[in-house]
Amino acid sequence: MAAVSGLMRRPLEQVSGLLRRRFHRTASAALQVTVREAINQGMDEELERDEKVFLLGEEVAQYDGAYKVSRGLWKKYGDKRIIDTPISEMGFAGIAVGAAMAGLRPICEFMTFNFSMQAIDQVINSAAKTYYMSGGHQPVPIVFRGPNGASAGVAAQHSQCFAAWYGHCPGLKVVSPWNSEDAKGLIKSAIRDDNPVVVLENELMYGVPFEFPSEAQSKDFLIPIGKAKIERQGTHITVVAHSRPVGHCLEAATVLSKEGIECEVINMRSIRPMDIETIEASVMKTNHLITVEGGWPQFGVGAEVCARIMEGPAFNFLDAPAVRVTGADVPMPYAKILEDNSIPQVKDIIFAIKKTLNI
Amino acid sequence: MRKMLAAVSRVLSGVAQKPASRVLVASRNFANDATFEIKKCDLHRLEEGPPVTTVLTREDGLRYYRMMQTVRRMELKADQLYKQKIIRGFCHLCDGQEACCVGLEAGINPTDHLITAYRAHGFTFTRGLSVREILAELTGRRGGCAKGKGGSMHMYAKNFYGGNGIVGAQGQIFEAYNMAALWKLPCVFICENNRYGMGTSVERAAASTDYYKRGDFIPGLRVDGMDILCVREATRFAAAYCRSGKGPILMELQTYRYHGHSMSDPGVSYRTREEIQEVRSKSDPIMLLKDRMVNSNLASVEELKEIDVEVRKEIEDAAQFATADPEPPLEELGYHIYSSDPPFEVRGANQWIKFKSIS
Repeated sequence: MAAVSGLMRRPLEQVSGLLRRRFHRTASAALQVTVREAINQGMDEELERDEKVFLLGEEVAQYDGAYKVSRGLWKKYGDKRIIDTPISEMGFAGIAVGAAMAGLRPICEFMTFNFSMQAIDQVINSAAKTYYMSGGHQPVPIVFRGPNGASAGVAAQHSQCFAAWYGHCPGLKVVSPWNSEDAKGLIKSAIRDDNPVVVLENELMYGVPFEFPSEAQSKDFLIPIGKAKIERQGTHITVVAHSRPVGHCLEAATVLSKEGIECEVINMRSIRPMDIETIEASVMKTNHLITVEGGWPQFGVGAEVCARIMEGPAFNFLDAPAVRVTGADVPMPYAKILEDNSIPQVKDIIFAIKKTLNI
Repeated sequence: MRKMLAAVSRVLSGVAQKPASRVLVASRNFANDATFEIKKCDLHRLEEGPPVTTVLTREDGLRYYRMMQTVRRMELKADQLYKQKIIRGFCHLCDGQEACCVGLEAGINPTDHLITAYRAHGFTFTRGLSVREILAELTGRRGGCAKGKGGSMHMYAKNFYGGNGIVGAQGQIFEAYNMAALWKLPCVFICENNRYGMGTSVERAAASTDYYKRGDFIPGLRVDGMDILCVREATRFAAAYCRSGKGPILMELQTYRYHGHSMSDPGVSYRTREEIQEVRSKSDPIMLLKDRMVNSNLASVEELKEIDVEVRKEIEDAAQFATADPEPPLEELGYHIYSSDPPFEVRGANQWIKFKSIS
């Protein structure tokens, strides 16, 4: 009994599936949920909860979504709630913003965020700035979501990361989920938020299954926007990332653990507002910092993290300059060898960690 | 006599004595040219349209046949290579639409300028690049026309501006119409109407599917895009219109794609296999040209079959090259960021990884 209760005290994620089956009979056998399913669930639950919520975008209805994220929703909710648009991003983003201003709660899908550049004026000037410009009169409760960043072999015009661009703008909230739990909790919070929220998903993560803790299975499971999560505790160095690179950082941490280096891996979850406090507390403990992102280095997410660390209490605790690991500073090339070397790999993360630790 | 000649030419081509067999076949008394009736184009704001008959010379006919067959076989080879995962990312094939790119090129000059969207392999070929360079670009090798950096959607040639990945922008086209008409720019706007925008039929996406009329104040033609002679005549007409200083003109080519939108779209969830089969059996552009030429004695079935064999070999050789050619060298990852600039350093995944950039 003592052994069992000892196990029970560990964080839920580390409890074995077998144990869960014994103690949580209602949960389906240690639930594995892909990121795609998690987003689908999150949207489904919010569509059910509030009839003002609706989804629009290219191929979201009858095609079930270009990446099948909205599978089954049109069948369940019909033409009025799940709307196929023509290929006109500026047009339908504008329609969505107008709908939000008039009191509905649209989810506007960009097939990838590369296409959001066609509509960026609507996102920034019509959505993000409006509550401020109107002196608090006109909120815009809209969600812009879709895959962001590099995929596999989709070349320069389809691989850009927009975290820094959207994170730059006051008035917008920007979140970047990594795993299934993040995806579901953040999409639900985004939909319930009365402000414009950009949800930067990742195409390569859609099919990846993760263990779904039981609280994530609740219809009221929310992850607060603006809070980071410590995915792995450590003492030697703080490793901060968002989206898919979080997984790479955990891989690097596993490798380095064998050499006696314990990394604290922080999953940012939110780009704006940024949870700098969690990062600061960690740096004050470990004295070392690296940031990891898929986007370009110049004016990127990592650059902002480093700048804020300099401005705050954690600076005095740094034993070495903070280091950024990023995408290469080039438009994404197509050829595989070039593409592989244009995104941050586990080896680049390990190298940067060792350099920072002077190992 | 005819049978004997056919038999002799078969034997000779079997021995690969091409010149001899051609001489033999030529002496078979083919017509030099033939006149064909072509479908009348629907007109918008035009008093008269392209002619309803046209003369096709044997030489032109053979050339068009070879070009269309080359595009067809090249696209089918790309399909194969994609399924073998030798081509990655996005791959949008134009088989079924060969009369559009070949017919268009037949109606313009090499010094005219052409730009298109992502379904661009056919145009890349008709604008003068070799199948080798195209397939090697698709496989991401150094012998590719963009040195492996661009991939399927980013191929360029002299007077051919790609190959572009971001489309839709219905608003932008109206802006372009306005300025072209205002300033009387010699511009032919072409819509290859293949009935579907990704998975959405035109009826579900367009308030008016008479695309040739949607230039409003710009005159337009609706053309049978499966008939290469119709496309050629319409293009000649449109080009002449522009060159005479009258301003822009619009051409809608009614065509069809056999493949789905891209290699990740099976293409049968939003249309029936029967529909695809019907177009293939009744309106295939290569079949239509072949029937015309054989029935008017412009060429023999055997001769065209010989062209098929040559084309197949050309594609096979190109595919071999595209599979065997090495990937671009890693050192060139940073090349060609800027034009006409002195060399500079490009940052890689972290500050210690550096690439050289030369123009």
